[in-house]
Amino acid sequence: MLDLDSYSSLGAALRDALDRWPNETCLIECDRDKEKTRLTYSDFKELALPLSRALQDAEFNAGDRAAIIMTNQSKWLISAFAIFYSGGVLVPLDYKLSATEHLQLLAHSKAKVLVVEYYLWRAISQSPEFTNHKLQRVLVTEAPLGAELAGALRWEDFRRKGDPLFVPRERQDTACIVYSSGTGGRPKGCVLTHENYLEQCKALTSLYPFWAGVRYLSILPTNHAIDFMVGFIGPFVCGACVVHLRTLRPEFVRDAFVRYKITYVSLVPMVLKNLERGLKAKLEALPSSKRFVFEKLVTLNKMLTKKRANVRLSRKLLPQVHRAFGGELLAMFTGGAFMEPSTLQFFYDLGVPVANGYGLTEAGTVLTVNDLKPFRADTVGRPLPGVDLRVLNPDSDGIGEIAANSKTVMSHYLDDPELTAQTIVDGWLLTGDLGRFDNDGHLQLFGRKKNMIVTEGGKNVYPEDIESAFDGIPVKEYCVFAANYIWPTKSLGNEMLVLVVRLEQNQDFTQGVKDEIAERNRKLADYKRVGGYVLWDKDFPRTASMKIKRTVLAEYIAQKLDRDTAVTSL
Amino acid sequence: MPRSEQTLDEIMNLASAHFKVPREKLTPDEDFFKTLRIDSLQALDLLTKLENHFHVELPDYELQGVSDFRTLAGRIQSRL
Repeated sequence: MLDLDSYSSLGAALRDALDRWPNETCLIECDRDKEKTRLTYSDFKELALPLSRALQDAEFNAGDRAAIIMTNQSKWLISAFAIFYSGGVLVPLDYKLSATEHLQLLAHSKAKVLVVEYYLWRAISQSPEFTNHKLQRVLVTEAPLGAELAGALRWEDFRRKGDPLFVPRERQDTACIVYSSGTGGRPKGCVLTHENYLEQCKALTSLYPFWAGVRYLSILPTNHAIDFMVGFIGPFVCGACVVHLRTLRPEFVRDAFVRYKITYVSLVPMVLKNLERGLKAKLEALPSSKRFVFEKLVTLNKMLTKKRANVRLSRKLLPQVHRAFGGELLAMFTGGAFMEPSTLQFFYDLGVPVANGYGLTEAGTVLTVNDLKPFRADTVGRPLPGVDLRVLNPDSDGIGEIAANSKTVMSHYLDDPELTAQTIVDGWLLTGDLGRFDNDGHLQLFGRKKNMIVTEGGKNVYPEDIESAFDGIPVKEYCVFAANYIWPTKSLGNEMLVLVVRLEQNQDFTQGVKDEIAERNRKLADYKRVGGYVLWDKDFPRTASMKIKRTVLAEYIAQKLDRDTAVTSL
Repeated sequence: MPRSEQTLDEIMNLASAHFKVPREKLTPDEDFFKTLRIDSLQALDLLTKLENHFHVELPDYELQGVSDFRTLAGRIQSRL
C-alpha cells in the first residue's frame, strides 16, 4: 500500500498507484453476465491521461468542477482520475435521480464539465428545465451511432495526445462535492477535502487491508461515499482490483461472487436480506440427514469463532456455503441503513462475517465499524482510528446525539454558511443520530434526532425533499415527517415517511382526495414514497415568515395521537 | 418495432407468467409492486426477462420511479 501520509492529494496518490502496479489488474467491468472490460493499472493510465490532456486543452483548470452521472463502470473511474490529475473537483451525482434533480444539482455545484451516460444525458437534455444550464463541456459515453447528442461530445473521442500536466493540490483543497440531500429544496453539498479522503482511506485500510490480488465487488453506486472509498480509492492505493457490476439483480450478483472469487463487497440491507432468503431456501431444501450434519457444523463454527472471526477455518467447516460466495470472501461491509441483527448473525454463524458500520457523507463516509474481534451483531462497532466521538446531552439511559471530531469530517456545506454553522460546532460534527457507547467501546444506535429516514436500499430521504410532490392537493395544508421523528422509538427499524394532512373546515376526506394523494405518491421514486397519512385537526404552527414549525408540530401530534392508530397506509 | 400497446400487453403477459399472478389481475396503470406483491429487487428480475424478450438492454435505473406497466412500456419503447 502507498504511504498516504506522504501525499497531499488523491490525484498524486492515484498517479503513483498506476505506476507502482502496472501489470496488476485494477478493474474488471461486467454488465450482467458479460465481462466488458479488463484493465491493468498500465491500461488504465493509457486511457486516463489522454482524457486529462483533452480536459486541460479545453481550459479545465485547477479547482474547476466536473460532475459524473454514470452507473458503475470503468469510464466512471477513468474520468474521476483524469479530473483529479488536472486538479479538478469531482461532483459525483446519483444516476438514479430524475433529470430535473440532476439539473438542479448541476446548477448548484456550478459544474463546468459533465461526464454522463448517453441515456441519462438524453433524459436530461429532453427535460423541460434544460434551457439555461451553465455546463461548458458535456462528454457522453456509449452513445449509439448517429444519436443526437444535444451539444455534447462523445467521451470515447475526447482525448488528446501528449502528456498532460499533473496539477498538484494541497490537503485542504476541495476534492469532491457530494450531495447528501436537498434535491427538493435546500441542496446539501458536502465539501470534502483531499485530506478527508486520505485520512479515511488510511483508517479503513488499517482495519480491512487491501493488497494486490484482492478483488472488491462494486455494486453500490460509485457516487455513493462508501463505494467511492472502498470501491475506488482504497483498492487503487493498494494495487487491488475492483470488479464493477452494473446491476443489483440477484442472479448476476451471485454469479459475480463465484466467477471473480470476490474478497470484499459492500452491500445495502436489501441485498443482504435477499442473499439471506436465497441461502435459507437452499438450506431448507436439503434432505433431513444432510441438514442435520450441516446444522452441527454450523454449531461447531459458532463455537470456534465466538471470540474472533476465522474465515479460513469456517471455509473448511462449511465449504458449500463459502463456494457460493466464491471461496475467497473475507468480509462483507454494510452500514448507513438499519440492519437486522438476526441477519448479521445468520451470516456470521455460517462463517461469512458482515462488518456493520456507521457513517455519513458529512463525516467523509465511515465513523465506526465492527472489527470482528469479537463479532457484534447489535452494534455498529468502535470508532475508526483518528475518529473522536461524543454523546451529547445523554439521557438517563446514556443515549444522546452523536458528535464527531476527525480529520475526515467535511470542510463545510457548499454555499451554505448558516447550515454549516448549525452542523459543525466548535469543530464537532453534529450527526443528528442518537446513540450510546457500551462498556466495550462499541457504539449502539437508537434512532435519529433529525427528521429523515434511510431506506433498506441505503438511500437517505428527507421529508422536505419530497413535499413538493404533493403541491396542490385539495387540502388546507400538509407536511411530511419521518414517523420515528414524531414518535421516537429508540430504534432505527420501522422507518417510514408519513404525510400529515390538515383538511379545510367542514371538508370531508373523500376517496377523491385519497386517490389524488396516492397518485402523487406513486409518481415519486419508490424509495421516496410516503408509507401512510395522518389526519390532523388543527392548523399547523408557523413562524412569522409562515414556515411550518416542524418540531413543535411533531410534538403536538405525538402528544395527541398514537402511531398505531393514527397512521393509515397508502 | 411493436406498437406501444403491444409492448404493454407483452410486458403484462411476461409479468403474469414470471410472478404467477393471473393476467386478469394486472392493469396498465396500477402499482405493480402491490398487485404483484414484489420488492424492488424482484422487480429487477423482471427486467432480465424483458431484456431477453424485447432484445434490448435495460439498465437497472430504467426502473427507477416506475411502478406501473404503462410507464415501463414507455421506457422500453424508447429503447427499441
